[in-house]
Amino acid sequence: MTEPLLEARGIVKRFGHVRALQGADFAASAGEVIALIGDNGAGKSTLVKVLSGTLQPDGGEIRFEGRRVALPSPVAARSLGIETVYQDLALAPDLDSAANLFLGREQVRTGVLGWFGLLDNKAMRRQTDDSFRSLGIGVQTTTAAVKSLSGGQRQSVAVSRAVTWANKVLFLDEPTAALGVVATGKVLDLIRRVRDRGLTVVLVSHNMPEVLQVSDRIEVLRLGRRVATFKTSKASMEDLVGAMTGAISQAARPADSSGQAVDSRSDQGVG
Amino acid sequence: MADPADLRADPETVRAQAEPGEAGAVEEVEEEQRSLMRRLLTANTSWTLLVLFSLVLGFTLARPTQFGTLFNFRNIAIDGATLLVMSVGMTFVIITGGIDLSIGSVLIFSGVIAAKAMAAVDHSQNGSISQILLGLLAALVVGLGWGLLNGVLIAKGRIPALIVTLGTLGMALGSAQLITGGVDVRGLPLMLGNTIGNGDLELTGMGFLFRIPWIVFVAAGVTILGGIALAATRFGRHTYAIGSNAEAARRAGIAVDRHLIRIYGLSGLLAGLAGFLNLAHFTTTTLGGHSTDNLQAIAAVVIGGTSLFGGIGSIIGTVVGVFIPAVLQNGFVIVGVQAFWQPVAVGAVLIAAVYVDQIKRRSSERE
Repeated sequence: MTEPLLEARGIVKRFGHVRALQGADFAASAGEVIALIGDNGAGKSTLVKVLSGTLQPDGGEIRFEGRRVALPSPVAARSLGIETVYQDLALAPDLDSAANLFLGREQVRTGVLGWFGLLDNKAMRRQTDDSFRSLGIGVQTTTAAVKSLSGGQRQSVAVSRAVTWANKVLFLDEPTAALGVVATGKVLDLIRRVRDRGLTVVLVSHNMPEVLQVSDRIEVLRLGRRVATFKTSKASMEDLVGAMTGAISQAARPADSSGQAVDSRSDQGVG
Repeated sequence: MADPADLRADPETVRAQAEPGEAGAVEEVEEEQRSLMRRLLTANTSWTLLVLFSLVLGFTLARPTQFGTLFNFRNIAIDGATLLVMSVGMTFVIITGGIDLSIGSVLIFSGVIAAKAMAAVDHSQNGSISQILLGLLAALVVGLGWGLLNGVLIAKGRIPALIVTLGTLGMALGSAQLITGGVDVRGLPLMLGNTIGNGDLELTGMGFLFRIPWIVFVAAGVTILGGIALAATRFGRHTYAIGSNAEAARRAGIAVDRHLIRIYGLSGLLAGLAGFLNLAHFTTTTLGGHSTDNLQAIAAVVIGGTSLFGGIGSIIGTVVGVFIPAVLQNGFVIVGVQAFWQPVAVGAVLIAAVYVDQIKRRSSERE
């Protein structure tokens, strides 16, 4: 494995007495699709939020392109080229899709009008249209409020926003959880296309077939720690389920083809 | 707004942009116009506008020589002016999903401070321009101060806006009474009442002499600037975004806390300005006269189609919402209906406005 693009070491995050992450590790190289899997409560979403600057870890370090970085806010992560599609999509339902795509990065008009913050809605709509088209996303109009769109269309808006602005890493937190078969297929296609542009895609999911279908590598979280990492081509459904549920402890296995044991601390399980 | 030249520009590009099977350029133009119309007359602004027109028409037909005169329309505009100024601020506040109950008290407090400031520098009966400007500045500064206090407590202290502004409502009014000993300040410079308060701004143009009451001119200016800021600027866009989904706004990198502080600061500033206009108009501090201004402003904003849940609303709607009660008040007096009917009618309009809003919401929202 080459030098990871984004790496987390020993991340700890507590919510009151609940320890959501207890020394979690994570590594993602440029241009790969990594699936982050785990049972409910394993800490997947928390880890994504820490790595996207939404939550502040209580311990551990984050490294980006070999340097230790702090991600005190989503803005800090975004300035590194890290974008996230959150599970709740983080859209403003009363605003149209163009306004959502440019939320927090609104374009203002050139010249004097721009000094007063006058928005250039036409340019933003045009670019939103371009984005949708280049991603093959069918959101018919950029002027309808997001709340009037279907679930799949809303998802598309959130995904295109992240893809439009990401230039290094794209986090997708359960992007297909609410989608039908066709829309899910489209999202998976999109993930491959984004990877082909050279971006790293981190896919959080607990849909095993989907993970096996689209990812290059799989990292498994359990009870707030990384317990296993697999090359997708060499992983089976049983391996994944076993690692997720703790039925198979990787250290107990011979260091064979199906992956590498990653963290001596994680061997013992927790509960 | 659509620049016509751009729309005509290049039919080739336009067709390329349109989905196959769409009619192309024509639809593109219509789309632009429709979205403009939609923004101008959002959701239920259109029917409240109809209510306002019908009221004006009805009263005019009933008393053409009394109600339907330029003189009377001027009166209605003057009556609505200070409430309109505050309601513009309230529109921003409610679109963020907040509320500001303190504006009536801030109005009085600002008026008192302005009166005291003016009394401190000049004792001549007529007064001077610099003295009046000082009074204006004092009113704006203390209004802004109360607003920023509200904003900091709400955004940083995470105290609900209802509670914070209920608290400052009492504090501002009580302080105003402490400063004055509960007795209205009088003896204001005559110039104040004769110019800003009750005088006209005289403009000549196109061979006509336009006489616009100063107070109406100021309120119109505030409304137009507020309308542009809300509908067309980044500031306005962030206001809608916060009201629509504050967490999404925060994750999108919008400084939500700072924006909220600015919004409440704006509301306080406009209450301060209204305090100065009120002081000038009545040439006294009217300590007891504004206890329901907050509710009137909220009613106006809501009648104008702004959602109490945040994310939706417009200044143009608020203008309509301010003038429905003002027209009712004025019209009932002229027609000879007891003025006590006015709050009854306004209450009914308010409830109807929210009812229609709910119906529209349910029909437009998927979920």
